[in-house]
Amino acid sequence: MRKSLGDWAAEELRFVVKAVVGEENFVDMTPNRSNNYCCGGGGGYLQTPYTEERHKYGEMKLNQILNTGAQYCIAPCHNCHSQIHDLSEHFEAGYHTVHLWTLIALSLGILGENERTYLGPELQEVNIPEWEK
Amino acid sequence: MAEEVIKLGKKKQSTLKDEIAKLLPDGGNLDLCLTCGACSSGCPATGIRDMDPRKLLRMASLGMDEELERNPWVWMCSMCQRCIYVCPMKIDIPQLVYNLRSRWPREERPKGILGSCDMALRHDTCSAMGASEEDFQFVVEDVLAEVRDTQPPFKDMEAPIDKMDADYVLNQNSREPVTEPDEMVPLWKILHIVGANWTYASKGWAAENYCMFLADTDAWKHIVEVKAKAVDDLNAKYWLNTE
Ligand code: SF4
Ligand code: SF4
Repeated sequence: MRKSLGDWAAEELRFVVKAVVGEENFVDMTPNRSNNYCCGGGGGYLQTPYTEERHKYGEMKLNQILNTGAQYCIAPCHNCHSQIHDLSEHFEAGYHTVHLWTLIALSLGILGENERTYLGPELQEVNIPEWEK
Repeated sequence: MAEEVIKLGKKKQSTLKDEIAKLLPDGGNLDLCLTCGACSSGCPATGIRDMDPRKLLRMASLGMDEELERNPWVWMCSMCQRCIYVCPMKIDIPQLVYNLRSRWPREERPKGILGSCDMALRHDTCSAMGASEEDFQFVVEDVLAEVRDTQPPFKDMEAPIDKMDADYVLNQNSREPVTEPDEMVPLWKILHIVGANWTYASKGWAAENYCMFLADTDAWKHIVEVKAKAVDDLNAKYWLNTE
């Protein structure tokens, strides 16, 4: 957002996320929008041999996520998804990392069983599509 | 942060500074730095390998090209641009990082990034994982057929490749078709439900561009051109890239 579209796009995505998970289930991290920090998945980091440094870099994001107390972190792109997912595993943080498309499809009741890889146990059985019951 | 005092050697010709100065907008230059430290205080890479953005910038301003030559920290900054966002002078430190990356001999840059860029240059698909047009088509058709067969409300869903005059050309990160193809499905379903007129392109479908991270400007440009041409050739209105 900071690098291309700007905060209006961040606002629109917040509208989508709140519509999908419910206003009461959305927690913004601090700082947020253009003032947010990079997770450390960008710039090719994941393809460098500097894993220890990448984890160190990611601690800032890790702490932001943990401070929200949320169980799920929504990642906007693939690099972020890989890094934020890896941070949770590496630091045994216990949160889940999901793509926005997964949550949209889940809320619409159209998320099939093969499409639930990144959901935690508490959402695995939620909104199973009619035809899979 | 810095543990040792930096000693300035005798004055040498700095090419780095001039090179960067040309790239800065509005006649800006690296000397505009107020040394306020806003960049470093909000940079997740501060302190890694005893470096931070202000220090990097100051070293460049002071003409310490040699000390910055092949400093591995340039691969530990993610070029996220937060430092520009908070800098009162809007100094473009990631551009400096990019230029420093590009000064590494190509074959000595991180192997993973190098390999991903080279792989993307091998096919017109621009896939960093080397997936060809045929591989992509096979996976998309295979996954789509299964969804149509097993999920009745989506029996007419499409995932077109090279459809002319669509509103949107959608790029896809190679990781999905290659390693987790089912992850493409939720997105298709959403596009189907909203009635979007979209298509993939067989050329340039891969969303990633590691040549940019590699700081190989010609290869970066080539990849962007292949992808943009695919969108133009299909006469689409919008190019959607989620990376
Ligand atoms: S934020 Fe800008 S002015 Fe302040 S130290 Fe960093 S580069 Fe210099
Ligand atoms: S672009 Fe690099 S130096 Fe600037 S804040 Fe991001 S990681 Fe730090």
